[in-house]
Amino acid sequence: MELVEHIGIGLTSALTFQNLLYCFIGVVLGTMVGILPGLGPVATIAMLLPATFALPPVAALIMLAGIYYGAQYGGSTTAILINLPGESSSVVTALDGYQMARQGRAGVALATSAIGSFFAGTVATFLIMLFAPPLAELALKFGPAEYFSLMVLGLIASVVLAHGSLLKAIGIIILGLLIGLIGTDVTSGQQRFTFGVPELSDGLGFVTVAMGMFGIGEILANIEHEQTRTAVVAKITKLMPSKEDWKRIIGPILRGTTFGSILGILPGGGSLLSSFASYAIEKKISKNSSEFGKGAIEGVAAPESANNAGAQTSFIPMLTLGIPSNPVMALMVGAMIIQGIQPGPQVMSEQPALFWGIVVSMWIGNLFLLVLNLPLIGMWVRMLTVPYHLLFPAVLVFCGIGVFSLNNSEFDIYGMALFGIIGYVFTKLECEPAPMMLGFILGQMMEEYLRRAMTLSRGDPMVFLTRPISAGMLIVAAIAILAVALPALRKTREVAFQE
Amino acid sequence: MSKLIRHPKDFWSGVMFVVLGLAFVWFARDYPMGTSTRMGPAYFPTILGYLLAAIGFIVLIRGLSTQGEGFGGFGWKGFFLIPGAIVIFGLLLRPAGLVIALPVLILVGARASHKFSWRASILLAVGLTIFSYFVFIRGLGLPIPVLRGIGG
Repeated sequence: MELVEHIGIGLTSALTFQNLLYCFIGVVLGTMVGILPGLGPVATIAMLLPATFALPPVAALIMLAGIYYGAQYGGSTTAILINLPGESSSVVTALDGYQMARQGRAGVALATSAIGSFFAGTVATFLIMLFAPPLAELALKFGPAEYFSLMVLGLIASVVLAHGSLLKAIGIIILGLLIGLIGTDVTSGQQRFTFGVPELSDGLGFVTVAMGMFGIGEILANIEHEQTRTAVVAKITKLMPSKEDWKRIIGPILRGTTFGSILGILPGGGSLLSSFASYAIEKKISKNSSEFGKGAIEGVAAPESANNAGAQTSFIPMLTLGIPSNPVMALMVGAMIIQGIQPGPQVMSEQPALFWGIVVSMWIGNLFLLVLNLPLIGMWVRMLTVPYHLLFPAVLVFCGIGVFSLNNSEFDIYGMALFGIIGYVFTKLECEPAPMMLGFILGQMMEEYLRRAMTLSRGDPMVFLTRPISAGMLIVAAIAILAVALPALRKTREVAFQE
Repeated sequence: MSKLIRHPKDFWSGVMFVVLGLAFVWFARDYPMGTSTRMGPAYFPTILGYLLAAIGFIVLIRGLSTQGEGFGGFGWKGFFLIPGAIVIFGLLLRPAGLVIALPVLILVGARASHKFSWRASILLAVGLTIFSYFVFIRGLGLPIPVLRGIGG
């Protein structure tokens, strides 16, 4: 069977000492940033990107992936123990998880979260193995028109499912696309928007922009509302859920995994939406729905399974199509390009060890996380109270050294400072910085596909509508925009995000 | 805030989009436009620039017609100190070396926090500099000047 063969390739690649080590480092770092206040996976991955240049591509990507899903585990720890979700995807976990902790059931809540996440991670990994090959095969048949429409769909979907103003988010994406065009035009060799600055001829550095917007920009936003965590952490005694608990969590874990896996594939969906949706569903259908918000174990099991499943399946569009569905995936695409791998459907056939190694490593990473989070929880708890005013100077140091080491150039340091300011201004204007990264990374690719499609059609823009797959994707994108623009649906969307 | 601008966050976002969109259109004039069959380097940015300006205009109008909350203060201290510290770090790195530039980055940057204290920050600066020296220069072998006259 092909699946077995793929798992075999993956295992041989993921089980080498080096890759195991980097997988471990990745999930440890991920758990750490999930727990530490004001430091998210996007900023961390951006900060560590320069350090991964020296690594072989498989090890680098395995580690970066580990940071992402590791942060999902860490984020739920803080949500449960001190009612402060480390990551936005753990916001709903705090509702019931913290109540459980107050009732002296913190250990059970943490264990439920870890078990749910592990189960979901395992299922999602197999889903990637099942669905990635046919999807990549389909994508190999795509022409430039299909790719262009796919990118339009991906970018639109990523803002439809995000919160905040749709129009502003689309504006931010277009701005990102434009900023991505700065540098030398691939086709004509023309220098665009460089104003004679030689450092700009290769375009703005992807890492520089990401570190500035997410690393420095977040510091600026965070120190404004700085507060001390007065964490009175409950003693964690009993870890294992009782028989009664097991009965109650099996259903939510299964449902959470299913919804999370489906929503994760959608661009912009990922872990955040998955956790919100599955919590809402459990609350509706559970026979213990009156307990929700007061420490219902289902309210921990479902969103925790869903966010981890979503975090994993959001790798599918990135790995098979080369299209990032959220800023973390945009960074992964950036990491691949820097490593000299052109992301896209051909990665699977041309670099099977890389592709399957990453997929299998995710399962191994989940296993590490289960071990790291259950018996060693006491160690992580100590990190909860690291004060932010001692943490952010360290972030400054890592960003500063990291960005300089990209090209050994001060230019990148100043660029990072500038994008830090831009990131802060965006936050102030309630413009999400995340969609800009997606636009930024797709800018040149989109232009190239548009050019090729139009050349093939001899300048007829109808090509995007006469080719069925391309037309289908554009129609879905249009429906998505209309759906959000319609007032009735907009209301339910706002309610869903407020909950 | 003035009474005309009722939703300042939307209004100024709109202004930003219009200005940046038109700026890209303006600078793209210098490049060949090409035709739709053979798109020149100006083609795509010009379309996007106009699109951005149009969206910005709608957002701007919305900022005048709908009610919204204000900015709720602006963190000027951090706004100057953090990017300022990074720029000083960039300026010092080559002429003075990491051992000077890094503590300056930390001490200037840390002042942005209202919980700043000299004692904790100096300890942090010393600790992080030693850590960075061993990890980045000794460990990873990055070619960063250590101290004027020594190293890279």
